[in-house]
Amino acid sequence: MSAFSAIKILPTHSVASHHHRRRRLSSFPSTCAADLFCSPLAKPIFSSFASASGRSVRGISANVVSDEKQLGSASSVITREEALDLYEDMFLGRSFEDMCAQMYYRGKMFGFVHLYNGQEAVSTGFIRLLTARDSVVSTYRDHVHALSKGVPARAVMAELFGKATGCCRGQGGSMHMFSREHNLIGGFAFIGEGIPVATGAAFSSKYRREVLKEETCNDVTVAFFGDGTCNNGQFFECLNMAALWKLPIVFVVENNLWAIGMSHLRATSEPEIWKKGPPFGIPGVHVDGMDVLKVWGVAKEAIARARRGEGPTLVECETYRFRGHSLADPDELRKPDEKAHYSSRDPISALKKYVITHNLATKSELQTIEKKINEVVEDAVEFADSSPPPPRSQLLENVFADPKGFGIGPDGKYRCEDPGFTQGTAQV
Amino acid sequence: MERDPTVCVIGEDVGHYGGSYKVTKGLATKFGDLRVLDTPIAENSFTGMGIGAAMTGLRPVIEGMNMGFLLLAFNQISNNCGMLHYTSGGQFTIPVVIRGPGGVGRQLGAEHSQRLESYFQSIPGLQLVACSTPYNAKGLMKAAIRSENPVVLFEHVLLYNLKEKIPDEEYVLCLEEAEMVRPGDQITILTYSRMRYHVMQAAKTLVNKGYDPEVIDIRSLKPFDLYTIGNSIKKTHRVLIVEECMRTGGIGASLRSAIIDNFWDYLDAEIMCLSSQDVPTPYAGTLEEWTVVQPAQIVSAVEQLCKKT
Repeated sequence: MSAFSAIKILPTHSVASHHHRRRRLSSFPSTCAADLFCSPLAKPIFSSFASASGRSVRGISANVVSDEKQLGSASSVITREEALDLYEDMFLGRSFEDMCAQMYYRGKMFGFVHLYNGQEAVSTGFIRLLTARDSVVSTYRDHVHALSKGVPARAVMAELFGKATGCCRGQGGSMHMFSREHNLIGGFAFIGEGIPVATGAAFSSKYRREVLKEETCNDVTVAFFGDGTCNNGQFFECLNMAALWKLPIVFVVENNLWAIGMSHLRATSEPEIWKKGPPFGIPGVHVDGMDVLKVWGVAKEAIARARRGEGPTLVECETYRFRGHSLADPDELRKPDEKAHYSSRDPISALKKYVITHNLATKSELQTIEKKINEVVEDAVEFADSSPPPPRSQLLENVFADPKGFGIGPDGKYRCEDPGFTQGTAQV
Repeated sequence: MERDPTVCVIGEDVGHYGGSYKVTKGLATKFGDLRVLDTPIAENSFTGMGIGAAMTGLRPVIEGMNMGFLLLAFNQISNNCGMLHYTSGGQFTIPVVIRGPGGVGRQLGAEHSQRLESYFQSIPGLQLVACSTPYNAKGLMKAAIRSENPVVLFEHVLLYNLKEKIPDEEYVLCLEEAEMVRPGDQITILTYSRMRYHVMQAAKTLVNKGYDPEVIDIRSLKPFDLYTIGNSIKKTHRVLIVEECMRTGGIGASLRSAIIDNFWDYLDAEIMCLSSQDVPTPYAGTLEEWTVVQPAQIVSAVEQLCKKT
């Protein structure tokens, strides 16, 4: 593991420090593209912070702000098809979430609804690279991860409407999206709890290959979580286990700088999350999460690395949510100039500009995609709205995979044999 | 594990060390380090990992080195083990077994003397089973591993030294059934785990005194086998519950309420429930003894209940 030794001699950056030279950690595993696993940061993130509570929050990397690198510089080659796929997926994510906000305010969906606006480059940049067999583990902000993984917009919208046609039959809701068919293994609402589950899915891949001798099994798991989660023990515990057993997993931090109302800098002693990989022997990469091509480039290497059996990677994507934490959040703490700064870096507009200036597609071709997606989202709403609510017979069905778990009643029969059980009227 | 290569063991010191109580002794040598996975001390995370592995096709047996440690995994056991099959609309199953040594041992101190069944019983989607003999330990373990449901299997620290000749051929017990330990006519004593032995010790005294108690090891702590329990009550009309669980919110409290709901008309006396005192289990031997139910208390409770007509 001498490859990581260079990491240890990194000087500790002070958050407010401005004096940094470009530092290349070229000693990251040679199998990795040097630019990815060298520190991708020319300068530390959060360079415009005077203190944790002082000036307006500017979490974006100094290199992003100052160098104004052209979009896509991290990934030199992208085909027209790939670029359009990314565009379509990001546009779907945005359009879907905007529609959710409307539907929430119209009383079509309830509870806590966390929208993904602004962060699309992360979901799209990673998930569009995955195979159907690869797994995704998400958080409470999971609609768009589901869509990127291929779960139909109809099924996600119907789930949000609490309908029987939802991807979880209306039993999960906004924060609990699952699709076995698409290997979306949750939708985990509590902070950090998805990371161990994702680690377990990655363990299964290794187990299949090494114990069950399924030699072609090279499935990868990608776990998404936020900056707030990185102060939770499960994050560190799983970095340790994933590195220990070289599991095929990518830990993706969506650092949107705010854990509800807690600024990342007020919560975190070392705010550069990507740096927490190397102490565990895991490459840590920092990437501009508002630039889908950069995310895509980093994701490609991190996923390939996992697939090759070289173990986990920690990727910190600096991003921003354009809306409050949830639709119930008054969003009073984030300063207008901070929001304006990030909205000017909208990842969808940026990709649009890139695609057009690089002659990958014309404006009207993109408009055709937008029109198609808007129709998909409209259709999802119509589908969800006209779908039936779950029937009462559904109430008891999925509590146990084997309904004998409800036990034996006074009459000596299993309770699940009671006619009232399938009607959902039995008292259990 | 020989029968099904997807069965694996996950926990602290389950492999090379053979388990803190040697339950998994020799398994790592036989099945390798990946199937008998020694984990770092990270209960919440390795339990979650077992759940993720179960969702993706494995059948992990997760050991709490001491069951009390599983409090650190409560979120995973509740939210993911218990509820995820439901929230996923039935798409994912979690065929895990969570097991380990629990209960009040011999002066192990409060933290190592816990009865987690009281905490776990209100988690939907989870089955709770307590073994009490080598025979039922093996049969229930096999049933738990083969079940599609997540099962918590409670073992007792003081019962590992029991010896019994068990059949060589395969047998699997029913997870939902209670076990008739001693048939009798006068009173139904419902118990489980180590208290079964305190009850049987008391039963010996009671028989000598001319009583004829029926002793049932309920085994399934959730759900209760209301058929076996009900048939006994219909015969004896008297119930004594003896448990090591806490008095407040314990298994006995739930059992008493289930009996009242279902068999009130058959009762000729109030239901008595002997539970542990609601105190952190003390270290000192004398205090510890006064915390849990002793055979003499069982004898006098039976005498009191049987006096009434």
